[in-house]
Amino acid sequence: MNRYELLLRDRCAIDPRIMILTAENRGHMRSVPPLLGDRFVDVGIAEQTMIGMAAGLAARGRVVVVHALAAFLTLRAFEFIRDDVAIPNLPVIMVGMVPGVLSDGNGPTHQAIDDVGLMRAMPNVGVFCPADEEEFVEGMAELFDNPRPCYVRYIGSQAAYRREHRTTLQRGIVLSDERECCPDVALLTYGAMVPHVLEAVQQLEQTGVSVRVVHLPMIDPLDETVIIEALHDAAVTVVVEDHLIRSGLYSVVCEIAIRHRIHASLHPIGLPTWFAAGRLPQVLRMNGLDGASIAHRVTAILNDEATIQPTTNGE
Amino acid sequence: MYDRNVCEAHALRVREHILAMSTDGGCFTGASLSCADLLVYLYSSYLNVRPDNLSDPDRDILLLSKGHDVPALYGTFAELGILEPGRLANHLDCNDHIYWHPNRAVPGVEFHSGSLGHLLSVGMGMALSIRLEQRQSRIVVILGDGELNEGSIWEACQVAHSLHLDNLLAIVDRNWFQANMPTEELSPLEPLDEKFRAFGWNVLRVDGHDFDALHSVLPDLPLRNGVPTVLIADTMRGKGVPSIEARADRWFCNFSHDEVRQLTEELHGTSSATLVSPTLTVR
Repeated sequence: MNRYELLLRDRCAIDPRIMILTAENRGHMRSVPPLLGDRFVDVGIAEQTMIGMAAGLAARGRVVVVHALAAFLTLRAFEFIRDDVAIPNLPVIMVGMVPGVLSDGNGPTHQAIDDVGLMRAMPNVGVFCPADEEEFVEGMAELFDNPRPCYVRYIGSQAAYRREHRTTLQRGIVLSDERECCPDVALLTYGAMVPHVLEAVQQLEQTGVSVRVVHLPMIDPLDETVIIEALHDAAVTVVVEDHLIRSGLYSVVCEIAIRHRIHASLHPIGLPTWFAAGRLPQVLRMNGLDGASIAHRVTAILNDEATIQPTTNGE
Repeated sequence: MYDRNVCEAHALRVREHILAMSTDGGCFTGASLSCADLLVYLYSSYLNVRPDNLSDPDRDILLLSKGHDVPALYGTFAELGILEPGRLANHLDCNDHIYWHPNRAVPGVEFHSGSLGHLLSVGMGMALSIRLEQRQSRIVVILGDGELNEGSIWEACQVAHSLHLDNLLAIVDRNWFQANMPTEELSPLEPLDEKFRAFGWNVLRVDGHDFDALHSVLPDLPLRNGVPTVLIADTMRGKGVPSIEARADRWFCNFSHDEVRQLTEELHGTSSATLVSPTLTVR
């Protein structure tokens, strides 16, 4: 039994309100159906019906976890999420499998690389993008303690970073050991990108570049304070995400910078479009999202910045 | 307690309310008139819903999936004391929640709607929860026939059968029109009985304007035989007001006050088919 299954088992045992629904995606929770009996419902490949039913269950006072492929959950059922979960603000926790680059070999139809932007666009719906299984389970436990509509990017991987504090769903987490108040670069990231960004930091620091890394497990509501501090403190800020640049965290940070009138050097490392399907290491490498590529791209950004000279009036 | 005369008296007043809401911005008059009799029967003689038990967990639940007929629902609520009748005058006032689709903030409304094809699955979630709660409440979902164009309806039909939701009753307001077209000219639905039957549902058909006919079938529904039930209620768009009966161009109507007065006379049988004005807004 993985930690997700253990969490569902334990929570369902103490909280009779909880129900688990899936649209034929029980791969991560094979031990759960026999444990939960009637409180586990597999509707088949029917994401719209799954969300509608989740809303109906929640309207009866239940807390519902839906678990489905991220691309189909967020896109096929988009209007059902908006109308039936977001508008009435019902406690449905929507867990999306294989988000971002994790759909590796499936091709563009399965790539949830717009999911964060789509879910963030809706009032009332939180967006939680944990970096590893531990953070996922801790965050889910917090959501069970305080149920509300939330989209969760599922991740079951081993620890992405050394945990100093227990996660909270509200706070950005500064991961780097760098104590310098004014780093050369701040890297803002979340979810599956965290270990790759930390690998990039090791390489950057070997070349004498000082880095602050901020992991933002909650994209909505977002810890704006930690972002504003990074924008103020660092010479250059780079957002690294396995998401479309056009609607992801980079867009959000741009909004924040403009709203707070912060003149910042702000750059995206993300996906310009759907990525070529393949195995995950190659997907990361080809899209410039593995540790070495991130380090290389950040270095290039810093070099470009260094060659830009302020122009003088009259020249 | 069923009383045909009482139902007919209520239905007449509900239709007056619908016409009254068909001005100063208008409403979906034709679709509201077609299901007025259904809603009057259900709330007066079938559902265990009363003004004093709107949050009782053992109450039956009615969901208006074709939400644009909400004037018929609010008119029924006003007649049966669920909604303070004076609030109907707040139609399209942003300070209240009375507008072209149902809002849960209005007493008696169990779930909001507007976008078609949603509340069958929401009702299924409620039906499943009620079964787990071991209650006897029934879930009734009113569907439009045009709404059956939506694929999500048939997806939900498949799942409802697989989950054996026999506390679920769908009622199709079969008024033979969708927004701007007769249903059978656009995307033919017949044979509709066979379609639902092929999904494994119990299927019954009734005249949706005949209270005795409704009372002869509904008390036994939904059939508790392990599968969900659908009742196809044959109705007429605009029923009761000859000038707007069975017309493709009288779906959404925004009449002048004078026209509403003429139409109300038609409703009471003191004149017939007087309205010739084409002053209609079709949405």
